[in-house]
Amino acid sequence: MTLGVAAPTGFRRDHDRSYLVIGLVAVLATGLLALPVGALVWFALDVDPGLWPHLRNTVLGNYVTTTALLAIGVGTGVTLIGVGAAWLVAAYEFPLRRTLEWTLMMPLAAPSYIVAFVYTDLLDYAGPVQGTLRTVFGWQSAADYSFPEIRSLPGAIIIITLVLYPYVYLLTRTAFLAQSRAAVEAARMQGMTASAAFWRVAMPMARPAIVVGVALALMETLNEYGTVDYFAVPVFSTGIFHVWINMGSLEGASGLALMLVGAVAVLLLLERRARADRRFADPRATRAAAARQPLPTWRGFAAMAVCGLPVVFGFLLPFALLIGTSWYRLDALFSGDLAKAVLNSLELATLAALIVTLLSLWLAYAGRISRAPVLRLGTRLASMGYAIPGSVLAIGILAPFAAFDNALDSMLRDTFGISSGLLFSGTLFALLFGCTVRFLALGFGATEAGFERVPRSLDDAARLLGSGPLDLVRRVHWPLLRASSLTAALLVFVDTLKELPMTLALRPFNFETLATLTHQYASDERFAEAAPGALAIVLAGILPVILLSRTIRAASRPRT
Amino acid sequence: MSFISRMSCLAAGTALLCSATVGAVQASEEVNLYSYRQPHLMQPLLDAFTAETGVKVNMVYANKGLLERLVAEGRNTPADVVITANAGRLADLVDADVLKGVNSDKLEAAVPARYQDPQNRWFAITKRGRVLYASRDRVAADKALTYESLADAEWKGRICTRPFTHSYMIDLISSMIASHGAEWTETWLNGVKANLARKPQGNDRAQIKGVAQGECDIAIGNTYYYGIMLSDPEQRAAAEAVRPVFPNQDGRGAHMNITGAGVTRHAKNTANGVKLIEFLVSPRAQEIYAAQNFEFPVVAGVATAPVIAIFGEFKEDGVNVADVAAQRRAAAQMVDRAGLSS
Repeated sequence: MTLGVAAPTGFRRDHDRSYLVIGLVAVLATGLLALPVGALVWFALDVDPGLWPHLRNTVLGNYVTTTALLAIGVGTGVTLIGVGAAWLVAAYEFPLRRTLEWTLMMPLAAPSYIVAFVYTDLLDYAGPVQGTLRTVFGWQSAADYSFPEIRSLPGAIIIITLVLYPYVYLLTRTAFLAQSRAAVEAARMQGMTASAAFWRVAMPMARPAIVVGVALALMETLNEYGTVDYFAVPVFSTGIFHVWINMGSLEGASGLALMLVGAVAVLLLLERRARADRRFADPRATRAAAARQPLPTWRGFAAMAVCGLPVVFGFLLPFALLIGTSWYRLDALFSGDLAKAVLNSLELATLAALIVTLLSLWLAYAGRISRAPVLRLGTRLASMGYAIPGSVLAIGILAPFAAFDNALDSMLRDTFGISSGLLFSGTLFALLFGCTVRFLALGFGATEAGFERVPRSLDDAARLLGSGPLDLVRRVHWPLLRASSLTAALLVFVDTLKELPMTLALRPFNFETLATLTHQYASDERFAEAAPGALAIVLAGILPVILLSRTIRAASRPRT
Repeated sequence: MSFISRMSCLAAGTALLCSATVGAVQASEEVNLYSYRQPHLMQPLLDAFTAETGVKVNMVYANKGLLERLVAEGRNTPADVVITANAGRLADLVDADVLKGVNSDKLEAAVPARYQDPQNRWFAITKRGRVLYASRDRVAADKALTYESLADAEWKGRICTRPFTHSYMIDLISSMIASHGAEWTETWLNGVKANLARKPQGNDRAQIKGVAQGECDIAIGNTYYYGIMLSDPEQRAAAEAVRPVFPNQDGRGAHMNITGAGVTRHAKNTANGVKLIEFLVSPRAQEIYAAQNFEFPVVAGVATAPVIAIFGEFKEDGVNVADVAAQRRAAAQMVDRAGLSS
């Protein structure tokens, strides 16, 4: 079997074999990671024949339209805020720029359903905003005035955009910082204006990173359930649970989830086609110290406002309101339950981050040295888990692993009289595997974007000098990829901290994380009781986010 | 070297974690619980059970997927007892054949026949009513209300409810189908839709607030939310603006739903599982549930509960909860046809 390894002739034979092994392991890993999606296909095949006509005739059209509107709204929002802010902080000097550079990532730390709760409390009829308006204008009841409804599709677009734009910001900023200043400066010297240089030089070079960021944000939007359910927006994810829970059809729910996966796959494929033969690596990237252009006073303040607003509304305001709500319950922050949940959350997030980062590195490297279609297909399929709602994905994980565990157990009982029990499905393995499948797209996206910026000529040169495959990674790629890998690790870490539906369904007995602890109150809409746990999630997420920013900044500095 | 060693460390670390977790659930006197009810509601009861019997309770709570987990785990499942938050889920568990019948004189004596499975695969442990909340200002105090009357033209633009896709609404519609048949109920549902004051949204409390704020005159909601709101200084004013009305008091009675428990087919600690459910229907446990979450005791004779003081006596719909649960799919599809899915 050949994996189509792209090794020039004349290499040492044993290196060829190493490349083959790397490719084979990658194929096997992606096969395993694609199991849950495979299980959902298996379920979906068994769907009750009456269900699809019913859905087609009633709700499916509405799900498709509303989901598309939500995706377009969030996609536009995260691109504008993410790319705009990344360019401003990377290319210009303005007041508070250094602070905004890292605070722009802060909304990553807050789960979207918590932010949705906070804003509903703030903006609904009984909240302080409308209350103040009524006092000021002397209105008596809801009949006297109209106020935009937060629980709506536009409301959901705004909330989800505020929470997800950091994915785009983070990856785009890394890309801008890694770009050769020479390219942009050359463009300026040729007489291009700053905005022309942005549109014609910087943007096209950052395109892979922007696409990855937007794709991640969109997949997260599609699997999001907390906010859309709370706001009663009829999208695919709410429909999936309607079909699963109310109609008792896991098969139909799996089918709907696979339609989401299919839509994401088609979009990504189209985008890949569109930039098929372009290369985004710049062999002359010199890592020259970024010479930021100072902005004149009023434009500097305008830039500050543009970058500051997402921070205020995506982080500071919700954070302040959370503290306000938890104020009289702050002692709950120091309870034994919460402390144990913090440890569990940190442990889970650390392990998931390590596994996903290493696996992403392996898969992205295998993808670089091999053009085998089976590997590319496997990697794409394995990253699709991100678009599926967590509870559905959980069942896709349980079914195959429990089937394997039970088969193994039966065999061992029959032949040796011993029981192995639920070796994989009954332990923390299932949850870790779930986090890996769910967040591989995050880790792989960040890592692959990093690899794309490493010129292939470096690989060729290293190989000609006799480097083996591991040497190549360690001595050539790793120094250039460190920032991307750390970005991958920290993204997965923070997202695992926030992960809820899969953790609920897959965890072992008595295993509470911060998210599950918070959820039991939030699901009952006991916001005040949920607030201390939510605050703890945000606090636990802030430190990695700060770390993330420092890493990226350090990696973009010239090295001696 | 670096990759290989890091990977193996990781593998070792994971294995250690796994074995630690497995070990935790194999001590002697204990019972393993899969719960669809939130831990903060269950924990005081479980603590009281452990204090009384010395049996430790291990719990996994999830609002979705526990049934599927039980099915997948098959005979190796660690779970002994499942607790659900509604009758529909109990019916699903019975359909999936993951519960077994248990013989307990205590359970037979405590739980009324219509609140337990004929083959003893599940027993209700508490119940709650789905009732109406009428504005004290805008609806006459002596106005008798029925679920059926919600479709009447006099309520046009005056009704608030949470989304119809929520299981509480699906259950209510199912009970209408069980009483009146599908065709009648579909006409009724479209009539209710025409009477809505706003797009269905939020939870039951948000509907009571909707009445208090003047957006609507009638709200549909569960009994315990009202109790919780009355006991919360911030929400008390909204609760006091409404009057709870038990519908259909001259007819079949108010729609009830239950929290129930059953022993799993492959339970390893059956005796302790039965002991736990027996404890949950003991007068002491019933009082805890009623006091902290304002749910109605399922056994007779726990009249001291504050929830009774709030609501007084009322007539319950006598229909078998399993018959209602059987109509859920029809109800869900009816909601889709009426354009009420969100």
